[in-house]
Amino acid sequence: MSKRKMLMVDHIPVPIGDERNLLEVIRKANIELPTFCYHSEMSIYGACRLCLVEIEGRGLQPACSTLPEEGLVISTNTQQIRAMRRMILELMLANHQGDCPTCVKGGDCQLQQLAHRMGVAKIRFSRVKERLRIDASSPAIIHDPNKCILCGDCVRTCNEIQGVGAIDFAYSGSEFAVAPCFGKNMAQGECVACGQCSLVCPTGALYARPSINEVWAALHDPAKTVVAQIDPAVRIALGEDFNLAAGTIATGQIVSALRRMGFDFVYDTAFAADLMTIELGEEFLERLEKGERLPIITSCCPAWVTFAEQHYPEYLDNLSTCRSPHQMLGALVKNKVTPAKGVKPEDIVVVSIMPCIAKKGEVLRPEFSTGYGRDVDYVLTTLGLSLMIKEAGLNFNQLGQDSFDMPFGFITGAGVIHGNSGGVTEAVARYVSEKVSEKRSDYYVYSNMRNGAELREIKVTLGKNKLNLAVASGLGSVKKLIKKMKKGQAHYDFIEVKACPGGCINGGGQPPGKEKNIKAKRSAGLYDNDKMLQLHKSRENPYIADLYERFLEKPGSQIARKLLHTHYQSKKRVYFDMNNLARQESKQAKLELSICFGTSCLVKGAQGIYSGINQYLNENKSLDKVQINTTFCYEKCSRGPVIRIGEEVIEACTLEIALEEIGRQLK
Amino acid sequence: MENARTFEKVCAILNEYNHNYYQLIPILEAVQEEYRYLPEEVMAFIAISLGISPANVFGVASFYSHFTFTPKGKYVIKVCDGTACHVKKSADIIKAMEEQLELQTGQRTTGDMLFTIETVSCLGACGLAPAIVINDEIVYGLLTPEKAVKLIKDIQAKEVPGSNEPGEH
Ligand code: SF4
Ligand code: SF4
Ligand code: FES
Repeated sequence: MSKRKMLMVDHIPVPIGDERNLLEVIRKANIELPTFCYHSEMSIYGACRLCLVEIEGRGLQPACSTLPEEGLVISTNTQQIRAMRRMILELMLANHQGDCPTCVKGGDCQLQQLAHRMGVAKIRFSRVKERLRIDASSPAIIHDPNKCILCGDCVRTCNEIQGVGAIDFAYSGSEFAVAPCFGKNMAQGECVACGQCSLVCPTGALYARPSINEVWAALHDPAKTVVAQIDPAVRIALGEDFNLAAGTIATGQIVSALRRMGFDFVYDTAFAADLMTIELGEEFLERLEKGERLPIITSCCPAWVTFAEQHYPEYLDNLSTCRSPHQMLGALVKNKVTPAKGVKPEDIVVVSIMPCIAKKGEVLRPEFSTGYGRDVDYVLTTLGLSLMIKEAGLNFNQLGQDSFDMPFGFITGAGVIHGNSGGVTEAVARYVSEKVSEKRSDYYVYSNMRNGAELREIKVTLGKNKLNLAVASGLGSVKKLIKKMKKGQAHYDFIEVKACPGGCINGGGQPPGKEKNIKAKRSAGLYDNDKMLQLHKSRENPYIADLYERFLEKPGSQIARKLLHTHYQSKKRVYFDMNNLARQESKQAKLELSICFGTSCLVKGAQGIYSGINQYLNENKSLDKVQINTTFCYEKCSRGPVIRIGEEVIEACTLEIALEEIGRQLK
Repeated sequence: MENARTFEKVCAILNEYNHNYYQLIPILEAVQEEYRYLPEEVMAFIAISLGISPANVFGVASFYSHFTFTPKGKYVIKVCDGTACHVKKSADIIKAMEEQLELQTGQRTTGDMLFTIETVSCLGACGLAPAIVINDEIVYGLLTPEKAVKLIKDIQAKEVPGSNEPGEH
């Protein structure tokens, strides 16, 4: 046996493995060093300085950014370290908004916990910062800079894991802060509301916009019939907030709690996931048949849909037209499919209970109002529901098991696994394979898709087709996948996308997991749930068959298209109140011309056209006859470059077309 | 015509620096030189061209007080308000210039984008107090409110022909 490398931690020898820093070695010795800015999945920042340890001969060093070396002698708990930790916490608390009793983060706040753990008894420093404005511009996520401790966890999550970069550090000195671009608010910037930043924020500086009061008001209004639907990923995580082990399924208690709180009907979004599996499966088969708009890309994640609308207009045609499952169910309820008799549609309030923050924005999209008001009125996060249960004083763990209302309460395992990244693909594979082969197959034959990786490529043979499927979760992974595709290094027929790494089980609205390997545990829980259910294939769901027969006719029918499908629109990444950047103040201008310099048009050559036009006008000595403006995005990105010449808006413009049109109009 | 077609120049600047992310600061520097400030749209354009997020560009730019996000006039007049100049009544000079330029309270730049007035803490020309510097180039010292107004009128006469009534002084 070769000799292992060792170092000493508080007089105990600890072996060095493949840890990337001292912090991980020390944690292996069962010492929970305090940290704010360290996350094993992200780059090391080393700003909070809480992880200071003393290394013999080197003095105090941050453990997170020190390499483990053979023979180091480390102390983690000296008088000096204790004093330093307290001082750091006191400094953070000095400028912190001290409204802990009313803070949404409540008992989950790591700042509070650490201050308590480190025995901070009083704060010797006084506040120097002024109170800043809370940014509540986004329908989904709220940013309260007063609670920020500048650990940068959110910035790195948004940038490194999500590849969005909607927020970053800005300004300097005492104004140093986390902010969206150009001092704009969250709604004007590039945020797609995935909520991953709120999961890592140790305090209450980033959080989901609450809907609890609105939901209570509906429940207390006797005129309203309040319908709840529960996403697959909620049942696997809510229990954690009531001290159940991660991965425990708590469906029965949740239904029971909802009834006790006064919901009139409780449905299962997994039913709608079964429905979506069929609509999506048929859409996929149709596209395969016609050989068009492939790869088909899933559309059930609204954060991904927003990201696609902002960044990939050229792929919007590839997106499945299926709505997200909870929107399907909302539309069915609002269009009188059920709750059965007597209830006027205008008196129905639909509340979706979701692991998701992005859905709070999704419900406001105008397309999602097909009947009476919005198809889904409110979205509660898993955490939001947990708070309501606590507020109602329900003893969650003692509640009995209750079951869903029919018909939208009967589900198959295929619907439930939608909560996992890869689950949609597996559910669709179960459906499509039987559809093309007309033979029954075992439901678990596709379980080889489950390897937990954030990027997966799977080859399957369905009937005579050999297909390439891909699964991506985390928008950063999605970006990589699309890059590969654009370079022609990969070809896919079907792509499942979830904005949250690991899928909805790790959604922005879930409890911030306290156990290790939380994603794997929740994911395994959902697959177990699939096993325990009686049926595993969406097409076997008898209530779905009945729904088609009575109401929806067949997949993709006119009524199905109205209630279960949607469309997309390219969107600006950043909203400016501008459009006259390179405006030429030409008084004699006969012609006005605007060139779109949005990302997509730029990529497609707007810059070249712009230069070309300038050159042309210069050579023809007609510079002063034309006023050129540049604008930022006509929101027609898929048909770019877009140029307006006089009254004429030209899509897919080339330099030749532009010059011809200018020449014509100048005559 | 001053402001016209400058987008072309941003493109040239980006080319000059090979669209290299690590050259962000010199790029911003060159752009600010061109526009005299960093317009949002230009920063967003730079971000997209370099393949980084607009928030990232803004983060870097806003870290340095050298970069500015509001347009400045062609002539940036820095009035020293250090101790020496303050004692020698730099406030009167500011007031006189503001009146001449018809600047409202809080307004720092004239509507025609010709002048911006800023105060700085010390120009290091205390022997010449009160002093101002125009476009970081020429220092004018031992000023009086009258002399300061004259400086402005001279520039106005040069930039906007016919703006000064003849024979005024
Ligand atoms: S919600 Fe997502 S996109 Fe928005 S700032 Fe947070 S991590 Fe970035
Ligand atoms: S992955 Fe799921 S939880 Fe996350 S944003 Fe998308 S739909 Fe919401
Ligand atoms: S965890 Fe090491 S400095 Fe923050």
